[in-house]
Amino acid sequence: MKPPLSLESLPQRQCATVATIDWSHLSTPEARRLRELGFDEGVGVEVLHRASLGKGPIACRIGRMTVALRRAVAGAIFVSPVAQ
Amino acid sequence: MTSTPLVALVGNPNAGKSALFNALTGARQKVGNYPGVTVERHSGKLVLPDGRIVELVDLPGAYSLEPSSPDERVTRDVVTGAQIGERLPDALIVVVDASNLDNHLRFALQLIALGLPVVVALNMIDLAARDGLTLDPVKLSAELGVPVIPTVAVRRRGLDEVKATLSGLIVESAAIRLRPSDPAIGEDIVTLQRRARKIALGATVSEAPVRRWTHALDAVALHPVWGVLLLMVILFTMFQAVFSWATVPADAISAGIAWAQESIRATLPDTPLRSLLTDGLLAGVGAVIVFLPQILILFAFILVLEASGYMVRAAFLMDRVMASVGLSGRAFIPLLSSFACAVPGIMATRTIEDEKDRLTTILIAPLMTCSARLPVYTLVIGALIPDRHVLPFVGLQGLVMFALYIMGLVGAFVVALVLRRTVTAGVSSGFMMEMPKYQMPRLRDVAIGLWSRAEIFLKRAGTTIALTIVLLWVLASYPVAPAGQKQSEYSIAGRIASGIEVVVRPIGFNHDIALALLPAMAAREAAVGAIATVYSIDNPDDPRGDNQLRRNLQARWSLPTALAFLMWFVFAPQCISTIAVTRRETNGWKWPAFMVGYLFALAYIAAGATYWAAIGLGL
Repeated sequence: MKPPLSLESLPQRQCATVATIDWSHLSTPEARRLRELGFDEGVGVEVLHRASLGKGPIACRIGRMTVALRRAVAGAIFVSPVAQ
Repeated sequence: MTSTPLVALVGNPNAGKSALFNALTGARQKVGNYPGVTVERHSGKLVLPDGRIVELVDLPGAYSLEPSSPDERVTRDVVTGAQIGERLPDALIVVVDASNLDNHLRFALQLIALGLPVVVALNMIDLAARDGLTLDPVKLSAELGVPVIPTVAVRRRGLDEVKATLSGLIVESAAIRLRPSDPAIGEDIVTLQRRARKIALGATVSEAPVRRWTHALDAVALHPVWGVLLLMVILFTMFQAVFSWATVPADAISAGIAWAQESIRATLPDTPLRSLLTDGLLAGVGAVIVFLPQILILFAFILVLEASGYMVRAAFLMDRVMASVGLSGRAFIPLLSSFACAVPGIMATRTIEDEKDRLTTILIAPLMTCSARLPVYTLVIGALIPDRHVLPFVGLQGLVMFALYIMGLVGAFVVALVLRRTVTAGVSSGFMMEMPKYQMPRLRDVAIGLWSRAEIFLKRAGTTIALTIVLLWVLASYPVAPAGQKQSEYSIAGRIASGIEVVVRPIGFNHDIALALLPAMAAREAAVGAIATVYSIDNPDDPRGDNQLRRNLQARWSLPTALAFLMWFVFAPQCISTIAVTRRETNGWKWPAFMVGYLFALAYIAAGATYWAAIGLGL
């Protein structure tokens, strides 16, 4: 089994689907907002931009929407890359 | 006789709700407040094809009926009939972004489940088409069980169909209307989301990869280097514009006021009434109205940045910097608005979900250099800072102005850092935001926004500021000083000021400043009007206008005093409206009292330190 890949470390422009979300790593409001923005198992995601090389937020595509997330949150979202 | 039917516009943020609202109601809008909360209530009249008039209310954007901010709570309470001071809507117009159906349909499903008559506006269908997305509204309507109308709010497409559908939905007999079902008894968010995705997929005829246009722009706008550079250029242009573009209209307003003063002087006999009109009202209110062009230019920039979708990108870029002082990138938007005025800035903090985060942002918002400080800065710098170049293209006056802005910013960051470790300590909140598509801002929407700002400003100038100035004029004019005594010292205002002077003397303030501090509490810019009024009363034979005011300042103020005065204005909470809005937004007096206390303390220390440092340097 391959080690789980998080959205935080997913290479830019690599399409993937959400495999699982570690809700225990997220606060209740964070978890709710994440669900409201459409994060759910099986949904297609892609990292579009990173604010800076260090610790800034990332912008990712979810469905047809672009969402900005902090890296800590992205780190709780595990993905499986989709062959392109 | 029943009351006018009420229709509510509801939808996700970024669904184009406000544009649809503007398109449906035009300029016939009313901005009010919901009782008990500060959420603005935007409403307008809408004429249906059958001649009936309905009231349309634009509810704050929300992601679901589970509120996570005061704004979203109002939305839920209105559509469930629980909002005090609002009747249950007779119908809902649910606005969804055609190119973001999976997400927006979830909230739409929740709203439809409430049981109110619903029409869905499938908005921005043109942008979806541009992105290569073809949808089938008929199929969508069949799946949802409610009428679906494709609309393009900004091009006024689909509006007639929406109105026609509405007139079929609103039944006259209000008696048969049921209370909507409890939203808590609904499906959970994940199930709803999955259903929404299925319906969206079913209604999609064909789909191409998503919006290249926005991605291409974002590749630059969100770039770690180019993006930051672009943001700096935009901010620089904005502040540059505020100072340079406003000169012509501001001069025209000054000339108009001077003309009005001269005409009154020429026609009326020399009575206290004439003095009240010219020295009091026109001098005082005029000194404030002159700044309308600057304030409008600043607001125009902010409105365009918001409407184009760029503001969220700026928040994205700033998130890291904000995180370093314990705030989120979201705080950038209210703080940037606070450069225009802290009142809308503080109101804009409602989008920040985390309470502590929001409170910190509210507490530092008054440190952003608002446009009301501009009149004060401009006058004092123009009068007392030498107009010479320190470097090619860099004037000393401009440099001082810039330093004052920076001082406010640095102060705000330091205060935020301290607050987040003390009174508002807590886990650092997150930053999670939808980034809307870029859009060309519509002139009409910006114009409507600007108009409402201008109205608020002029109303304030006509009421609060005018009253303050008249009161000051009365207090400064009576009792009349005997020969040889200065009116500004002998009068009631003069004596009050002498009391204040005792406290502010150690930080270099003179009697004039003590006199100006009180009216400045009503509004900062009133300080300028107050100084102008006092000098006018003291020397009724002086020529009028800005130049005379400047000469008076040069004669009466030393440079250390002027610098201390400027520093005072960087920090002092000189504005009742800000204190009032803070009280409303924090539901009590505790935080506004805290804010006023810490800001006055900072102002006193900063002004004092500046004064004595300047004296020490021999300035």
